[in-house]
Amino acid sequence: MKEQLKKDFDNSIKNLTLSQKDIEIKKFCLDSFIEKGFPNRKDEDWKFSDLNQIIKKNIGELSFYNDYTTTNKVDTSIFVDGLEHNKIVFINGRIEKIDFDYEKKDKIEIIDQSETINEFKNSNSLSDLNKAFTNKCFKILVKKGYQLAKPLIIYHTTNSKIWSKNINLRLDFELDKDSSLRIIDLYNDTSEKNFLNIFYNFELKENSVLKNFKVDKFENKNIKYSFNNIEQDKNSISETFVLSSGSNFFKNEINCNLKGRYSSAFVNGIFSLNKDKHHEVRTTVNHLTDNTKSYQLIKSVLEESSKAVYQGKILVNSDAQKTDGYQLSKAILLNKESEFSAKPELEIYADDVKCSHGSASGSLNDDSIFYLMSRGLSYQQSRELLINGFLLDVVEKITDSEIKNLIKNMIGIKE
Amino acid sequence: MDKRQKEIDSLKDYKYGFSTDIENVQAPKGLNEDVIKFISNIKREPNWMLEFRLKAFERFKVLKEPDWQKPKFPKIDYQDLYYYSAPKSMKDKPKSLDELDPKLLETYKKLGIPLQEQARLNGIAVDAVFDSVSVATTFKEELTKQGIIFCPISEAIQNHPKLVKKYLGSVIPTSDHFFATLNSAVFTDGSFVYIPEGVRCPMELSTYFRINASNTGQFERTLIIADKGSYVSYLEGCTAPMRDENQLHAANVELIALDDAEIKYSTVQNWYPGDKDGKGGIYNFVTKRGLCKGKNSKISWTQVETGSAITWKYPSCILKGDNSVGEFYSIAITNNHQKADTGTKMIHLGKNTKSKIISKGISAGSSDMTYRGLVDISSKANSSNNYTQCDSLLMGNKCGAHTVPYIKNKNSESNIAHEATTSKISEEQLHYCQQRGLNPEEAVGLIVNGFCKEVLQQLPMEFAVEAQKLVGISLEGSVG
Repeated sequence: MKEQLKKDFDNSIKNLTLSQKDIEIKKFCLDSFIEKGFPNRKDEDWKFSDLNQIIKKNIGELSFYNDYTTTNKVDTSIFVDGLEHNKIVFINGRIEKIDFDYEKKDKIEIIDQSETINEFKNSNSLSDLNKAFTNKCFKILVKKGYQLAKPLIIYHTTNSKIWSKNINLRLDFELDKDSSLRIIDLYNDTSEKNFLNIFYNFELKENSVLKNFKVDKFENKNIKYSFNNIEQDKNSISETFVLSSGSNFFKNEINCNLKGRYSSAFVNGIFSLNKDKHHEVRTTVNHLTDNTKSYQLIKSVLEESSKAVYQGKILVNSDAQKTDGYQLSKAILLNKESEFSAKPELEIYADDVKCSHGSASGSLNDDSIFYLMSRGLSYQQSRELLINGFLLDVVEKITDSEIKNLIKNMIGIKE
Repeated sequence: MDKRQKEIDSLKDYKYGFSTDIENVQAPKGLNEDVIKFISNIKREPNWMLEFRLKAFERFKVLKEPDWQKPKFPKIDYQDLYYYSAPKSMKDKPKSLDELDPKLLETYKKLGIPLQEQARLNGIAVDAVFDSVSVATTFKEELTKQGIIFCPISEAIQNHPKLVKKYLGSVIPTSDHFFATLNSAVFTDGSFVYIPEGVRCPMELSTYFRINASNTGQFERTLIIADKGSYVSYLEGCTAPMRDENQLHAANVELIALDDAEIKYSTVQNWYPGDKDGKGGIYNFVTKRGLCKGKNSKISWTQVETGSAITWKYPSCILKGDNSVGEFYSIAITNNHQKADTGTKMIHLGKNTKSKIISKGISAGSSDMTYRGLVDISSKANSSNNYTQCDSLLMGNKCGAHTVPYIKNKNSESNIAHEATTSKISEEQLHYCQQRGLNPEEAVGLIVNGFCKEVLQQLPMEFAVEAQKLVGISLEGSVG
């Protein structure tokens, strides 16, 4: 892999206009990745999902060079109907379109910062890989007091042109005071056996509101990793929703730093898995100052020999008095082969806090099935009703009604 | 009130902090094959035992000290320790209590374990371990009548080699982790219990451990076997003198429960925790593991951990037999600069197995407490159940309380439920108690005892009283 990495790195550098210093930084990241390699089981954060093995098993040899010189045609049929929205379109990792048609032009700034390498705060071997190979890096700045009229949908599309490729994406967002932004990440793949490595960095200034919905719904054979770093100032709110279902492997990491008073973070997620899919959500919420709040709810429905992992951590700094932290994960195992692992972690250094977590996993409740069947439903119907109700609980947590309906339709949950 | 105050005053500082001047026989300092041979030789062990030790030592040489735990500690120089220390007068074992060194007896009296009296009064059968050697076992006759074997493990190696050979290392193999392997290589003494088929042990069995000599590690090994349909309740208590340096205590405890047998293992751990600035104290790195080997067997761990500079242990249950039950009840209290990383592992292998974990952590001062646990339900363990509850109480903003549970469910017919909360003593509760005439410290003591009640109830009577007092004392000075 080492030779391949070096060769691909040299090729991709050729197409970029970078200063010598930036190339040095990229090289440094590459070397650091070569040294560490893909994370494996020995790494505590990857204890339940050995990425190195997963890539070996599903992909085999990866190549890291992508030709971004030619444009791809944007297939408009993938666009979401019935919801007016702004768009960012990635095709095979190349950014094809940034379009904020519905917004006031002077309120949003799109900064191309590809030429300067932005350090990513949380570094692991995948962030090194990302830094070494990203070709474009845009920062989207929502200006003071502006609230976007329409949501932004980021299309992550891949097609059959690529095979056994590693794709690295990076986007930065800054929400200035009193602004708000809604983002839907929509994954749409017709390709197979690729590894997507996505990093987002969010900066939330005072009173800003971010809502991020990650929807991985469509069946595909790719492997994905996504990392969200969210820095929150006073009074800001972040809401992250993850629907983890389509890919062969998907690990979503969400890292929230609650730096300002009265800031709050919400993370809600659904795993709906079948076959031998293996998905993970790992959250870290750092309560760094007093009077902050976080809430997490993760529910899983696991069929066939699928596997879901939830690692959630609440850290409460010694200054963070009056913290309110909550974490709940529940799983229904529908098949003998399915598996659920959890590591809900509390690390607390302040005494005047209210922190708790709960985790439960098991089969569908026999009594509930019996109750429904005794009222005339078939076994299949009762089962569906129970599962729907189980998942609906999470969807109902979405605070945006437009997007709530969109997601309900997508996963076919009826009320 | 005066009486209580006196009691508290007398206990405020570590009351077991005295050391006894007794002439010792020590193995040469350091760890190598010769020292292991020395230990084996002085204990007149058969050859297979020496091989067992050497095999463990071979393995130990390639292992590295683990470093994933939360409480970090300065590197231990394993070559700078004495691995064997025994009172000189024990060289030729006394036949009865009358022949014991009077100084030793006095030590145990100070500890509140008057061996002689206990031999006469009806009560608990005690096996006392002083530094590395078991010094006295009471009530032997009565136990022998029932066919129960309760003796130092060194004696069991001589007299019951078949049993020891069969079970020693069957739960904690010589190839286990760093500290367990170290113990397998150099363990010096400990207790051995065998309860024959269908016997219900008529009294509580108890061992009292004491580290006396300085610079010694204490490595005792306990092996308890409950044969089919038997029952035993076993107590363990520990103290050590106050010394500036840190002392290592790395014990191994193995429990084996066969069909329909039940073992109840209770610990009140009160090793010297170090002084207020965190100087000195015992490193308590203990491996405790129980195997529910037979059908319908049950193992229950109860622990009250108030001492030690660093406590690092996870009493575990391997639920192999169908319908077997594992329980873990724990109270861990840390104050000043104490650190604890403790919890349990419940490994469900058999069908219809059940486990329950109740853990209460209280941290005060600048201490740090971690609950770390694993619940693993394997794909063959149909209709198994686990319930876990771990609550932490924080006093002050310099201490930490952490919860790190690992939960793995690989069986769709099995259920796991886990709950954890972290909070402080509420102002309302304190106010209520004070309004009724309790001073703040008493109020805290009362609330904490209530917080721990679920676990304290699991302890045998005699221990429960002691534990309840300990809970109060450990938190002295942490309020206000």
